[in-house]
Amino acid sequence: MIELNDVHKSFGKVEVLKGITASVAKSEVVCIIGPSGSGKSTILRCINGLESYDRGEISVEGARVDSNDRSIVAIRTQVSMVFQRFNLFPHRTALENVIEGPLYVKKEPREQAVARGRALLAQVGLADKAEVHPPKLSGGQQQRVAIARALAMQPKAILFDEPTSALDPELVGEVLSVMRKLADDGMTMVVVTHEMGFARDVADRVLFIDGGVIVEQGAAKSVLNQPQHPRTQDFLRRVLHPL
Amino acid sequence: MQKFFHDAVEFVPILLQGVWLTIVVTVGSLLLSTVLGLVWALMRVSGIRVLAWLSAALINVIRGIPIIVLLFYIYFVMPDFGIALTALQAAIIGLGIAYSAYQAENFRAGIEAIDKGQIEAAQTIGMGWWLTMRRVVLPQAIRIILPPYGNIMIMMLKDSSQASTITVAELALQGKLIASSTFKNTSVFTLVALMYLTMSIPLILLVRHFENKANRK
Repeated sequence: MIELNDVHKSFGKVEVLKGITASVAKSEVVCIIGPSGSGKSTILRCINGLESYDRGEISVEGARVDSNDRSIVAIRTQVSMVFQRFNLFPHRTALENVIEGPLYVKKEPREQAVARGRALLAQVGLADKAEVHPPKLSGGQQQRVAIARALAMQPKAILFDEPTSALDPELVGEVLSVMRKLADDGMTMVVVTHEMGFARDVADRVLFIDGGVIVEQGAAKSVLNQPQHPRTQDFLRRVLHPL
Repeated sequence: MQKFFHDAVEFVPILLQGVWLTIVVTVGSLLLSTVLGLVWALMRVSGIRVLAWLSAALINVIRGIPIIVLLFYIYFVMPDFGIALTALQAAIIGLGIAYSAYQAENFRAGIEAIDKGQIEAAQTIGMGWWLTMRRVVLPQAIRIILPPYGNIMIMMLKDSSQASTITVAELALQGKLIASSTFKNTSVFTLVALMYLTMSIPLILLVRHFENKANRK
């Protein structure tokens, strides 16, 4: 449902994506791994038009992604995003964060949006935090609210941009388990992550990206357990055995 | 001292008429400057180059002209172009335009202080530019904007006295008229100063309230 064909992207003179071709099928979970600065996040940001790309084509269910066109709004309601730093709206409660999109973008009736918002907060284990403002929540709780906010748009896919990188280690698990449940329910997910355990257990496929190109890709277990390319081997060794 | 109180009893009712006009000029120009300032600021952050440039140019032109000259221009020059305004209208419009530049810079600073991640989050749930401003950016920016906004209110209250130069009989002009006809300069101008101070104090307290509120967050 998401197709990338020879996508190039430069920031000034630095080319961060040098011809990315990949596709994500419905209900598939794809993890993107690689060193920092390799262009992983940029791929996600191009898919839902937070960044424009210079060459090639990205499409979501056949519709071309163009960040400067009005059609981008429709694509964004189908492909939600969860950020490393949560980016919850601090002036609104957890529930208000979740129902903001349904209420003001999709113009759903309030009762319906609130009912589904509460159900989604329950789904991520935060039914009792509906009326709490984000600054009073832990990082893990905030990220789960952010996931509920993404789900509230009833998207066809969710993009996760290092969703656990800003969390204290003991809070990572609660977020990953919510994501795992989503994957089990058949949500299409693209996850930029450094959590190799999650990638191995949950992802269908893994893309290893370095220097703006896909160096290696394949079934999660084969890429992570028997990497073929020396750069993948080197990267995984450093991530899994930092000492 | 007794003489002062005697004078006060005599002059305060006349000065209060001036106070009323001072309030009308201040509130009128405050509203106008707020609306215009918000328009300039939104043009500036719109991401549309022509609008941003136009707004920047406008702000610089407005800032570069003394308020008194702006008032003269609107009151004495505009009639040559067929736009004749009453002194009160000219004062409100002149001060409103003059202060819109400062309002705009304050609004822009508040808007630009909002984390870019907030805007991206709004975009990813499908919000357009205006909805993002209205629901996400402005409600957060207002906390940052309010303390300086209160200070601008105080400055506008005091600068409303410049309307006297185009014959608006607000507090300062009313005082001057009484003083020049009675020669009781000390009593009259002391009363005028006290009246401005009395009007400023609630605003000063309001600014302090805004600052406390902004700091608490």
